[in-house]
Amino acid sequence: MMEKSRRSFLKVAGIAAIGLGTAPAMNFAALDSHGTAQPVKKKNENALHAKRWGMVIYIDKVDNRIAKKISNACHVQHNVPDFTHEVDTQKFPNTRPVNPDQEIKWLWKEKFHYAFPDKEDEFLAEKFHHLPFMVLCNHCKDAPCVQACPTQATFSREDGIVLMDFHRCIGCRFCMAACPYGSRSFNFRDPRPFIAQIDPDFPVRSKGVVEKCNLCAERLAKGELPHCVEASEGALVVGDLEDPESEIREILRDNYSIRRKQSLGTEPSVYYIV
Amino acid sequence: MLEIATKGTKNYWLWIAFLLIVIGAGTVAYLDQFFNGLMITGMSRDVSWGFYIANFTFLVGVAAGGVMVVIPYYLHDYEKFHRITILGEFLAVASLIMCLLFIIVDLGQPVRMLNVLLYPTPHSMLFYDMIVLNGYLFLNIVIGWKILEAERNQVRPPKWTKPLIYLSIPFAIGIHTVTAYLYCGLPGRGYWLTAILAPRFLASAFAAGPAFLILLCYIIRKFTRFDPGWDAMQTLSKIVCYAIIANLFFFLCEVFVVYYSGIPGHQSHLQYLLFGYHGHNALVPWMWSGFALMTVGAVLLIIPRLRRNYILLPVACAMIFFGAWIDKGMGMIAGGFVPSPLHHVTEYMPTLQEIIITLGVYATGFLVLTILYKLATKVKEEVGG
Repeated sequence: MMEKSRRSFLKVAGIAAIGLGTAPAMNFAALDSHGTAQPVKKKNENALHAKRWGMVIYIDKVDNRIAKKISNACHVQHNVPDFTHEVDTQKFPNTRPVNPDQEIKWLWKEKFHYAFPDKEDEFLAEKFHHLPFMVLCNHCKDAPCVQACPTQATFSREDGIVLMDFHRCIGCRFCMAACPYGSRSFNFRDPRPFIAQIDPDFPVRSKGVVEKCNLCAERLAKGELPHCVEASEGALVVGDLEDPESEIREILRDNYSIRRKQSLGTEPSVYYIV
Repeated sequence: MLEIATKGTKNYWLWIAFLLIVIGAGTVAYLDQFFNGLMITGMSRDVSWGFYIANFTFLVGVAAGGVMVVIPYYLHDYEKFHRITILGEFLAVASLIMCLLFIIVDLGQPVRMLNVLLYPTPHSMLFYDMIVLNGYLFLNIVIGWKILEAERNQVRPPKWTKPLIYLSIPFAIGIHTVTAYLYCGLPGRGYWLTAILAPRFLASAFAAGPAFLILLCYIIRKFTRFDPGWDAMQTLSKIVCYAIIANLFFFLCEVFVVYYSGIPGHQSHLQYLLFGYHGHNALVPWMWSGFALMTVGAVLLIIPRLRRNYILLPVACAMIFFGAWIDKGMGMIAGGFVPSPLHHVTEYMPTLQEIIITLGVYATGFLVLTILYKLATKVKEEVGG
């Protein structure tokens, strides 16, 4: 028994030593073929920039059809699981039944009095009762989720986008308690069985981490507008809130707009034109 | 000193075996959660913290409650607490171990736990909670152990323990204050957004901790030859009485502010807990029984004749302990999440598996407590003090 374990130890140690020995050679090979083994960080020249990204939503231009289109565009391209999706039992055997309350959503429609609970009004104009209000992460200037996160897995980027590092998140869900807009979702389970078609351009999350809208930071970096804006038929506009000449500022100059729970002082960057 | 715990009666080993079985069941249930995610809990997108964090919050209080024996003995030379200070300190140790375990079982990615140390973030309240909880645990282990060892060897405890004891007092207040700050600093949660949350937490802690200590004294009297002292237990019961009244008073202050101001975002949570909200009322009977337990317990302790009754005292203490557990556990956590920030109502009930994991954590805490108390009582029996 003793002899055997010593032998197996030596075997493992030997393999490890071979591994260590080949490392320099492999580095050399890599150097040879690509010129350098160090990755280079390069910015895309077409990338869209802003001092502070913001969004405007024209309430009148969103109906149920467009609302659905917008949500779908966002969720499909970001590999957001859909719990109503029928699981492929060949690929994912033993998938347990879902709890619909544990769903994940980034951008979805709400009724007015849920989107704006502090603006509930007995005598609200009739049309507001029926209009879909798109809600998403507000990318707050003073984001409570960023303040609460104990690992900086959630952070405010210089251009105002509140982003998440899915690989650093420990899943404590403090950010979910902190967010006054219910914009965050937690992966209570592995999302893969509920994604119809995985989009390879965006990471699939693992179980146990929080996620939310990222304002398509990955698309802005390539010079493309967010999925939701493209799908919105003109109802959604993104732009630079700090630039007085920007389209978004012009819209805000000419129209009356409201923001969700403005009184909390989080300075949401999503404006609703009513 | 630890060798003391390896000798015991049949009952002692039966109790240890029972705890190990519960820990085993909890571990199996936890492994399933570890591999499949928190989907096995009753938590949801709207109620993102549940039974684990509720019990964590409550046990931070029990740990902090230990300071109620430390302050009278070390700051006021109240000799009668000499025999029970070690019990308060060891109770704090066991409670804190449970607190840390509850945090770990609540994490979605427990293997990444050390990211909190790798990326220290001073603007997050969890950062400070980590510091004070671990600090208080460390202080209590060192202090309790050193003092017991000195007692066993019939020498004075080392001088350097004194400053640590004094330091442990602000740490005790600190653990519960910072734990309250986790909640009361969040802008969108009306139920928690109140400056009285930390005082209320402390009041219920100073009731629940000593109440549990009294119950433990009864158990010690029954199973060992060490007597913690009836006078000490009586003084403790007065502390419990004052503290639970303060807790009820703070709660009534909360009720007044919420209902008189009538601000919906604040009122809806209490409305949900006390009377039900839009037809959802799962927690209503739960909450009322919590307050009934605390109130009746307080009355039993106010009246001297009842407080001095040997049979009634543990009943009152148990009522207060469970009342505080309901108020601060499920009430405080679920109440804060219902209704959601969008005023949707998603109710929360822990699943059976969640409860088994919770019991596993409690059993671990009780195992630690049993061993530490075994040491303490044996040493006290040996030296007759």
